[in-house]
Amino acid sequence: MISKEMKVSKLRNGAVIDHLAPGMAMKAIEFLGVRGDDSLAIGMFFESKKMGRKDILKFENRQLSREEINKIAVMSPEATVCIIKDYNVVEKFKASLPHEIEGIIRCSNPKCITNNEKVATRFVVQEKEPLLVRCQYCERAMHGNEIEFV
Amino acid sequence: MKQDLAKFMGTDVISIRDFTAEDILAILEYARKFENYKQPILQGRILATLFYEPSTRTKLSFESAMMSLGGSVLGFSEAGASSSAKGETVYDTAKMMDGYADVLVIRHPLEGAARRAAEAADIPVINGGDGANQHPTQTFLDLFTMLKTKGTLQDLHVGFLGDLKYGRTVHSLAEAMSHFRSHMYFVAPEMLRMPDHILAELREKNIPFMETERLYDVSAELDILYVTRIQRERFPDPLDYEKVKNVYILNEKLLEHVKTDLKVLHPLPRVNEIDTSLDKYPQAEYFQQSKNGVTVRKALLSLVLGVRQ
Repeated sequence: MISKEMKVSKLRNGAVIDHLAPGMAMKAIEFLGVRGDDSLAIGMFFESKKMGRKDILKFENRQLSREEINKIAVMSPEATVCIIKDYNVVEKFKASLPHEIEGIIRCSNPKCITNNEKVATRFVVQEKEPLLVRCQYCERAMHGNEIEFV
Repeated sequence: MKQDLAKFMGTDVISIRDFTAEDILAILEYARKFENYKQPILQGRILATLFYEPSTRTKLSFESAMMSLGGSVLGFSEAGASSSAKGETVYDTAKMMDGYADVLVIRHPLEGAARRAAEAADIPVINGGDGANQHPTQTFLDLFTMLKTKGTLQDLHVGFLGDLKYGRTVHSLAEAMSHFRSHMYFVAPEMLRMPDHILAELREKNIPFMETERLYDVSAELDILYVTRIQRERFPDPLDYEKVKNVYILNEKLLEHVKTDLKVLHPLPRVNEIDTSLDKYPQAEYFQQSKNGVTVRKALLSLVLGVRQ
């Protein structure tokens, strides 16, 4: 069993994304990108009282923009973010869905131009709970359970 | 409330969803000025028609509208005649048009192609139909025809008959009519019923509607009957098309079951869903509706180019 210490080793400066849906950590990293000077810890399928299982990401010396964090909400609406400075949590908040989602999810319509030409997808969030998004190109509406990531 | 028509200068006409009820009414009101109107207010302006799919009415009526206002037209009418055959994207083709024309109309089989073209081009882009998605100028002319024949768009009882699944004109029209407290009646075989996502939107807006497979369940209620062709080209399985192709054929008998001032509309082309015996009756509005297409497109060209009468 992995020790608690290993899971929560302290960051000096950076950001922790907690309560990611189990299995989503790698997708989130792919989406956020990793720069050469990032130190990154990945936790997957940790036990969680709230969620059963969850993933965690810790970024040393990385400031995440609010926009980046909100996009994480698309793949994991329960995600929470802690901003760490000098070993202290200076800000903690829940990711919230942006009004518009660019380039993260794939349109389910095979005849949509985004699936046929090189075009970054754009969706507008019409409903947050339950999630309903609409493609800004072909206007097809998709529910949360139909969403596939690019 | 009086709308400022100047705001439509430079506007792209991509989806009826982009227009409010007030916008729609202002545009239709302005379009009335263009009936039988031929003055060279668009002299020196060029319309590019990028038609990647066949079209008769849309393409010709845009050309007629532009020419009757003194403008010129260039373009192509099949994908094979354009650089798309060489792999050029919609974006690049539309971007290039900035140097060739003052406004462009695009018809394309891919859904969202017109929106993509509008991102590329600085000149106004008008969607002449993108796959099964939107055909907003058809919707404007359908609404114009209703307004002209009924004097109002409010509280009309509108029947939609035929292919409600694949027909983009019925999707856009139902969305637009939801602005005007319409009562809608969707008449289609099970295989071609209105998509659930559109019905869900109507429910959200508390728009009353009913679905049936039998026209005569609802025909006596109707102010407008909007008939569509069952489109062979949209069916993935030809056998499914054979099952439903002749399911509704309207003829003179229809008139025994309807209000005397019912108007029958059809975006055309028709195949056999409206028998020619109906053409001579005052209820048959579809040819006038087609003529209205030129009127409405003249108004839209004038508005987006910012040259108004």
